[in-house]
Amino acid sequence: MTNQIKAAALAAPAMLAASAPAMAQSLDQTINEGFASATGWFVTLIFSPFPGTSFPWIVMWLVIAATVFTLYFGFIQFRAFPHSISLVKGDYSDPNDAGEVSHFQALATALSGTVGLGNIAGVAVAVGIGGPGATFWMILAGLMGMASKFTECTLGVKYRNEYEDGTVSGGPMYYMTKGFAERGLPAGGFMAVLFSVFCILGAFGGGNMFQANQAHAQIANVVGDFPGWITGLIFAIIVFLVIVGGLKSIAKVTEKVVPFMGVLYVLTALVILIMNANMIGWAFGEIFSGAFTGAGVAGGMVGALIQGFKRAAFSNEAGVGSAAIAHSAVRTKEPITEGFVSLLEPFIDTVVICTMTALVIIITGQLVSDPNTGLYLLDEGASTIQTVDGNKGVALTSAAFSSAIPFFKYILAIAVILFAFSTMISWSYYGLKAWTFLFGEGQTKELVFKIIFCIFVVIGASANLGPVIDFSDAAIFAMAVVNIVALYFLMPVVKGELDSYLSRLKSGEIKKFH
Amino acid sequence: MSHKIVVGYDGSDSANAALAFATDLAKTLGGSIVVAHVLEWSPYSFLTPTELEERHKRRGEELARAEAAILAPAVESLKDSGLQIDTALKYGNIATTLGEIAGECGANQIVIGRNGEPGLSSRVFGSAAISLAQAAPVPVTIVP
Repeated sequence: MTNQIKAAALAAPAMLAASAPAMAQSLDQTINEGFASATGWFVTLIFSPFPGTSFPWIVMWLVIAATVFTLYFGFIQFRAFPHSISLVKGDYSDPNDAGEVSHFQALATALSGTVGLGNIAGVAVAVGIGGPGATFWMILAGLMGMASKFTECTLGVKYRNEYEDGTVSGGPMYYMTKGFAERGLPAGGFMAVLFSVFCILGAFGGGNMFQANQAHAQIANVVGDFPGWITGLIFAIIVFLVIVGGLKSIAKVTEKVVPFMGVLYVLTALVILIMNANMIGWAFGEIFSGAFTGAGVAGGMVGALIQGFKRAAFSNEAGVGSAAIAHSAVRTKEPITEGFVSLLEPFIDTVVICTMTALVIIITGQLVSDPNTGLYLLDEGASTIQTVDGNKGVALTSAAFSSAIPFFKYILAIAVILFAFSTMISWSYYGLKAWTFLFGEGQTKELVFKIIFCIFVVIGASANLGPVIDFSDAAIFAMAVVNIVALYFLMPVVKGELDSYLSRLKSGEIKKFH
Repeated sequence: MSHKIVVGYDGSDSANAALAFATDLAKTLGGSIVVAHVLEWSPYSFLTPTELEERHKRRGEELARAEAAILAPAVESLKDSGLQIDTALKYGNIATTLGEIAGECGANQIVIGRNGEPGLSSRVFGSAAISLAQAAPVPVTIVP
């Protein structure tokens, strides 16, 4: 009895001391629970499986679209690849257009919006659930997605609005309204509104909350655990300063550092792969066998496929429509040229960068397999593969990289913060374009959107990965539902542009300037 | 055939010295002058989405400002010289673009100041003078 009292007396001050962080943690918890219950129905709708299977219809939707575009344009992603590179190099750019947005700049800006946490954290999620085999499906989705991107970006430039003051606005909203009207199709306006709504949700989800969430996870991973809303608040203030305060210096620095970090990331991955060169063959073996047999991963082969396609689509955004907004500012007389340039985007993003991440995670042995059977061991609940230290998401990538080069987790933390930030800036722009399409332009209206955007940064950093990633995926894929319908109806327009351009290129009417 | 001189000009003191030197030369040789201004620009720089959207508009503004603040005063100052004065305004790498302007207009030589003042829309000279001396298709005079 006396001992119990003693213990209670000792515990009281300890409890007092602990109550401050406990309050903070419970704020995170409240935000998390509120968020999960508010978005659950939407997530369920988007990811509902085909009746009687566990296969979400939305994944099939993306696969079919990418296949249709690939076949319809005769494997354009492979045929036009060399020409795309010459376009980016500026071989076909008129010197008199110097000072305008070049193909390279449009591509670089669009890439800084897509290369981000999807490539670092998303891949870790895919491999953590779907096993190495998910990588195969991810690469395949990346290659096929090139055709989707080609289609949407050509249309984005073709139907963009050019205003009298010289600014431009483009994207799915505009090809849905203008393109459908031109072809005498109904419901273009309705689809544009629907797309804009989903685009705003996507901007809050994948373009914002997921970024804030994983940036916080990465910071906490390096400096130790602390409440997410603190990271969220700091991020929100900086984002606010840039998008509302017009603080160009931060955006400028980010835009310059992000490409550098991207290159550094790939180089580091290459170094790790070279250090383990003897295991690359084994890793590809795991990837191929996992792709078709689903060696003991959650959901088997279908699980690997779903994860691969989901994370690829989330990372390169092919078919989603966001890139069409970014690419439409380029200076070109031929909309199709921007289509060619944009097809490099899923290639760089998914086929190169995502594959690097996946290979590093596999080669550094982060996934735990049964030494006797070679099958991967599942966590309790059987939803994810066991990892060496129980890491998930960005922490898994971080563990993989730092197991080879210990200080790399600091570089990765900086990269993650910068990638997260540049993706947020890009998506705040995409969301704003959709917002002004719905509500019209005007300073107050734009300010409202920007403030809501900043609030979601805090929510994203506070909530758990699970609900955030579900909502982010659902919102991004909802955009793809509407966008791909529009692409089906408008793909003959792209075909016409393509045939005309290729015949003029062949006849020599379109010449190189350099 | 008259002697044509391209003057790299950014409105700085050093550029004015170059312009004065070229004017004397043109008077002596019976030549003409092309006042050229280059707005530093790389197609490989990185821009934010908002900058992309406004680029075409900004380009128009930059060209108008360079025309009004740099080229027009230079032409005005040479009004009484009796020389034929043309202007050229382009985007690009300074040294390369000045060389291209000289090539396009069939100039016999290029005159530039040694270093310009930073500011306005571009910093024209400095190391550009060295690059130009190495890469130009015609003789280059660098005026201190």
